[in-house]
Amino acid sequence: MPLKRFSMRIDGELVNVTEGMTILQAAAAAGKSIPTLCHLEGLTPVGACRVCIVEVSGSDRLFPACTTPVQDGMLVITNSARLTSYRRIAVELLLIERNHVCSVCVSNNHCELQAMASSLAINNVRYAYNYPKLAADLSHPRFVLDHNRCILCTRCIRVCAQVEGAHVWDLTSRGINTRVVADMDQPWGDSRSCTNCGKCVQACPTGALAEKGLGVEDMVKRNGKVSLLVRSRGVPA
Amino acid sequence: MKKPRIATVWLDGCSGCHMSLLDMDTALISLTRKIDLVYGPLVDAQDFPEDVDVTLVEGAISSADDLSKIQKIRQRTRALISLGDCAVTGNVPAMRNSIPVNKLLQQIYVEGAQDNRAVPTDRVPALLKQARPISEFVKVDYCLPGCPPPSKSIVTVITNLLEGRRPEVNVAVKFG
Repeated sequence: MPLKRFSMRIDGELVNVTEGMTILQAAAAAGKSIPTLCHLEGLTPVGACRVCIVEVSGSDRLFPACTTPVQDGMLVITNSARLTSYRRIAVELLLIERNHVCSVCVSNNHCELQAMASSLAINNVRYAYNYPKLAADLSHPRFVLDHNRCILCTRCIRVCAQVEGAHVWDLTSRGINTRVVADMDQPWGDSRSCTNCGKCVQACPTGALAEKGLGVEDMVKRNGKVSLLVRSRGVPA
Repeated sequence: MKKPRIATVWLDGCSGCHMSLLDMDTALISLTRKIDLVYGPLVDAQDFPEDVDVTLVEGAISSADDLSKIQKIRQRTRALISLGDCAVTGNVPAMRNSIPVNKLLQQIYVEGAQDNRAVPTDRVPALLKQARPISEFVKVDYCLPGCPPPSKSIVTVITNLLEGRRPEVNVAVKFG
């Protein structure tokens, strides 16, 4: 059965969409940009970061654009003072949760979290910094996992399971103690399922996953390659 | 007319923000004609003066001395600016925050030292449990992040305040 086509309005503009699309996909097709952080084209969306929230007429709730399917006649607002204020809260909470010390980070000036804070004009945070004690896993011969910089976007988990097919990564624990782990919470270097492909490193939006031996500002991610790979394979996103 | 009274303060930071301040180059000459620089690492004054219009503070609050200074500064300043990432977020000084102070000092001054292996106590202020941003202790009127903040942004903040505008810079601010 062919998918239904219908129309909706994004920021007042009439957009033709196909059943099954997300609001984010519909907006992109209409040439509109919604800020995202955990989303990466080619991976299944999870709605973890809440930066892509939008307003939908008829509901007081805010919806993540990356996981909310379009509906016939839907009226969506992608930018408003209210949305900006909630996006700021989401990013400020990410900044205080762990130790994002941009000035000494391998991903300084190439970091999606840092860039998102700038684009939302965040010049300080209103919450007390958490400064947790977190380790870095240096056991892999080529790569480093630094929990201090992780925002739990789960891109690494998804790219490894869905694109590489190895499923090395997963989450353990809950709430503030949640952590990315390799295999059964083993040192990454001991993982027998890791193929050393490095897709997780390229997909990571921050300096949490990086190539080994790099200095400050040296880690430039090529996450477009992940999206390109998925498109080239013809796998539906 | 009385010139606006400006102060700069160096707390727990590397002085890189003050370097960026000096890096404003020729703008520094025209700026200093318009202001009275009444306190800072570049000035001889020993005690923080009364009745200051704008104070730019570099560094995190890390010791008992930093804390008493920032409280006095707040009382005596109309506009308090957190200058740079250490003042705004804790930044590098805050990387010690998950280590207990005693253990930290032992590691650096005893285990890690070659000579005079002892924790200094004479004429040095006691460290606070953690190095934290200024805004967690006193009200801050504006934060200019960056490591260091760009010279041009520092000029803009000062000029805006001197000309009675809000301090906001007109370019994107950035941590790091």
